[in-house]
Amino acid sequence: MTVAIEHPSQGATGSVKASPNGAGRYVIEAESMHVYYGDFCAVGDVDMKIPTNKITAIIGPSGCGKSTVLRCFNRMNDLISSARIEGKVLFQGQNIYDEDVDPVEVRRRIGMVFQKPNPFPKTIYENVAWGTRINGFRGDMDEMVERALRSAALWEEVKDKLQQSALGLSGGQQQRLCIARAIAVEPEIILMDEPASALDPIATLRIEDLMKELSEKYTIIVVTHNMQQAARISDFTAFFSVDDRRTGNLIEFDETEKIFTNPGQKRTEDYITGRFG
Amino acid sequence: MGQLLRTSFARELETLQTDTLMLGSMVIQALKESVEALRQRDMETARRLIKEDAVINRKRFEIEADCLRLIATQQPMAGNLRLIAAVLEISTELERIGDYAKGIGRIILLIGPEALLKPLVDIPRMCDIATNMLQQALDAFLNQDLEAARTIPLQDDEVDALYNQVHRDLIAMILEDPSLIDRTNYLLWAAHNLERAADRVTNICERIIFTVTGEFIEFDMN
Repeated sequence: MTVAIEHPSQGATGSVKASPNGAGRYVIEAESMHVYYGDFCAVGDVDMKIPTNKITAIIGPSGCGKSTVLRCFNRMNDLISSARIEGKVLFQGQNIYDEDVDPVEVRRRIGMVFQKPNPFPKTIYENVAWGTRINGFRGDMDEMVERALRSAALWEEVKDKLQQSALGLSGGQQQRLCIARAIAVEPEIILMDEPASALDPIATLRIEDLMKELSEKYTIIVVTHNMQQAARISDFTAFFSVDDRRTGNLIEFDETEKIFTNPGQKRTEDYITGRFG
Repeated sequence: MGQLLRTSFARELETLQTDTLMLGSMVIQALKESVEALRQRDMETARRLIKEDAVINRKRFEIEADCLRLIATQQPMAGNLRLIAAVLEISTELERIGDYAKGIGRIILLIGPEALLKPLVDIPRMCDIATNMLQQALDAFLNQDLEAARTIPLQDDEVDALYNQVHRDLIAMILEDPSLIDRTNYLLWAAHNLERAADRVTNICERIIFTVTGEFIEFDMN
């Protein structure tokens, strides 16, 4: 089917840039990406290049398709039967939606952390070990678990209770455990969907700090409702909005500093300063 | 610009602008009074202006405290952030112009009640232009008027030309009669204060441009 899609950014103010200024290399390139739920176009015509080893934040009002876009980057939308993707999502040059691409392998290389910490009802150790085990890991499992927990800034807090249930941890610890679980399988990208919104302010700052550290090794794409969080932690920010058909569109994508001090699009300015109209 | 959803924050930003305009008005008044007092050798007004500079300083600190409070509590972004950053700078510039009025007050006390070397013509003219520029800049700040902010600084050339004129006249007097060096110097200081006041109006215009466009530009009057 064909759906007429408005290009809000291609009006009087010129076209939206797919790649932000000062980005260097790109690890993901979305080309003319549309997402449909049945006949409804949830996200329209996104061209977006995600810089390597940087934190890219996706912000925008509720219903603008932020999480939908994030889920496109590791084929999580495949799990929603009515969802359909058009266009391309290139990961290191390969379209992850090509028929010969294994979505499980995509999700190993592009991990995900969700809003609500979702550890398995197993031990702390097993939570980290599980993903690598089913991926056929043959090395020193103890060493791998420790390394992942250290990378997630959780080791010191749990090293003496690795065999206890992960469900006994605090919310912030559970979320860091989920991050440890995600990085245990050595992905290249970590997608984070509101990773701190269920956490208290201190646990939130720990997660933010951790994200900064992880970005030295991984590319992080984070969806957040918290603009201050996006401003604090990200290198680049993409602003999405909805048009009158309720289709989400990329409005502006640039360096975070630019977006929050002097955005190029009036709609970005209106959103981040809390205006409407 | 759409309506700000955060109405209390919007009100606070308006108050910040109003307070800045109020500070500007106080400074214009002080500068005008200082030059009039110089013309009249009005010692009483001179003493009052010196004293009242503290009121201007206090107002500026209040504005600064409000800016910091809004940054800390409201996490302003984009245009709002630039407005607050500009107010911090503009209030400092205004406070310094206030210092020039106080400086002229001190000069008046140094000169004393005796007659001036010559009737003041250029110095009041400098004051008129500088205070007019400042009033226009305050209007441009209120209306976020980019065009005005770009053109107001052009008037600084006229102030500079008058200053050079005053400078030449006074140096000629000193050459003619070196015993006049102190009294000519006092007038030169007063003229210099006015010349600097106009420069600071130019800085204020730069900040207005920054508020509107996000660009740091510097006027080069040469």
